[in-house]
Amino acid sequence: MMLLRQTVSRLITTLITLFGVAVIVFVVIRVVPGNPIAMMLPPGASETDIERLKTLYGLDKSIFEQFVIWFGNVLHGDFGTSISTRQPVLSLVLDRLPATLELSIMALVMAVAIGGALAVLGTRFRGRKTEAGIDVANGIGLSIPDFLWGLALILLFGVLWPVFQISGRVSPRLELPFTNQFYLFESLARLRFDITADLLSHMFMPALALALPLAAIISQLLKQSLKETVNLDYSVLARTKGYSETKVILSEALPNSILPTLTLVGVQFTFLIGGTVIIERLFSYEGLGNMAIDAVINRDLPLIQGIVILFAILFTFVNLAVDMTYAFLNPKLRHA
Amino acid sequence: MSGFLEIRGLSARLAGTGQRLLRSVDISLPAGSVRGLVGESGAGKSMIGKAVLGVLPKAVEVIEGEILLDGQDLQKVSPAERRRLIGAKAALIPQDPLTALNPSRRIGPQITDRLVDILGWTKARAATRALEVLAEVSIPEPERIMRLYPHELSGGMRQRILIASAFAAEPKLIVADEPTTALDVTVQKQILKLISELQARHGTALLFVTHDLGVVSKVCDTLSVLYAGKVVEDTTVERFFAAPQHGYSSALLAATPRHTDPSSSLKPVPREVLDAVAAEVAASDAAWRPSGGARG
Repeated sequence: MMLLRQTVSRLITTLITLFGVAVIVFVVIRVVPGNPIAMMLPPGASETDIERLKTLYGLDKSIFEQFVIWFGNVLHGDFGTSISTRQPVLSLVLDRLPATLELSIMALVMAVAIGGALAVLGTRFRGRKTEAGIDVANGIGLSIPDFLWGLALILLFGVLWPVFQISGRVSPRLELPFTNQFYLFESLARLRFDITADLLSHMFMPALALALPLAAIISQLLKQSLKETVNLDYSVLARTKGYSETKVILSEALPNSILPTLTLVGVQFTFLIGGTVIIERLFSYEGLGNMAIDAVINRDLPLIQGIVILFAILFTFVNLAVDMTYAFLNPKLRHA
Repeated sequence: MSGFLEIRGLSARLAGTGQRLLRSVDISLPAGSVRGLVGESGAGKSMIGKAVLGVLPKAVEVIEGEILLDGQDLQKVSPAERRRLIGAKAALIPQDPLTALNPSRRIGPQITDRLVDILGWTKARAATRALEVLAEVSIPEPERIMRLYPHELSGGMRQRILIASAFAAEPKLIVADEPTTALDVTVQKQILKLISELQARHGTALLFVTHDLGVVSKVCDTLSVLYAGKVVEDTTVERFFAAPQHGYSSALLAATPRHTDPSSSLKPVPREVLDAVAAEVAASDAAWRPSGGARG
């Protein structure tokens, strides 16, 4: 009963949030200078041509009217037609979403792996040079933004030591037998490991660029929490039972230190998804973010709206997933 | 006679400073007997327990002395070997049952983990043993309890579980670090009785850290009175309560409230007694030369 009420109230909050996002993005992109008609017509087009196109795309009506029409269509699942590509926004966006999701999740996995390993290592060798070194690495990771990491990685793994692909999502020469856009998952499912390797080679640098700042945050926060937990009574008791320090950290302290870190990782993950916009551009990765920049340059209003709404839905789901994981990991909440 | 646990001339200090925390402590604990470690807060009684179990905080370093557990000097073996020895032969009953169980692990594995991981028992045998010891500490429905998380149980129940866990591996030595201090007064008595019964039945040597002389009179055979990390009196319980030898001991005994005479006001340890014992500690410090220095 409690759970049902929580779910319903959560759903209502989510819908209100999404509506707010829709209103804001709709108004903002119509108020800022620049309009899509100017991008479509050659210079020197006549006033009548401009008026005709405006009427065609409904841009002659007031913003309020435009919003009502657009929002009514959205409720029916129709996000309109992209002005620059003349294709339905929904299918355009859904085609690109898997690429961005794969990149973000890969980045998250890398961040958790790197950050987690550094935190455990720093706790194991706390108060020694190893920990000091990790603190320095965390400081560097935190103070350099993801796109600069992207550039640095291109220099390192694209130019000086060219072992990874620097551009695109998959090599054009490869024949793709895929039925959906989740290339990485499908290549694994079809046991086409040659394609998996190619995808990973393309994904490595953008994912690492996105992962490094988050890895530093995870490492710092988790280490702090672990260092407190390894001195608690149950960790001391485990030592008297004969367990090694590493085992105490991994099986006694870690499960209790993950919770405080998790909330922040959830928030930071949404920033990471936001970071894909620039990173995808930098690595010409064919995802949502890259498309968003094109859409903004072309003043493709319906497409921008579609992408922003989708990002908003994505953020909401990430937060929901974090809350659910939290409840799952904490026995006290699970039983409540 | 050499005891199961022999502490000889153990001195420790705050790492990197000259501040001595333990001052040439000698303690002998024969197999199956119970020794109380008493003293005021900061006298070093808990620290001796921690040293025996190899869990001294990093800020404390042992400067000299031996801790012999079943004849083996814990200071002379490798850290891994020391952990294994302690895990196999000794166990801790901790002070606060509310913080000594891991909140994110079920009860069962917290009892069986040592048996399986350190002693190499099979899981089935360890589970059977856990049920046995839980029954021994009067836990109802032990099978159900083993599947629960610590927060689902009361403090008294959790202390029973920790006691069961300590006895599960049949250790020859148990260090009880003020095991009743964090408990309700009504529960304290039961827990004390339980520890005492189990100790007698299993023939375990027990090092009982407490500041409560009432507890000592009920549970212990011998006791060491500590002041500022120095053993000021090492005696049997009968002799101590009949006629304490050291001035500080008598003052401590006089300061203990008695329920037979609730009208009498609480007596603090007199100033001159504290001055005398402090002077004694200072004198022994002046006479003390680290054996390491003598060798070099």
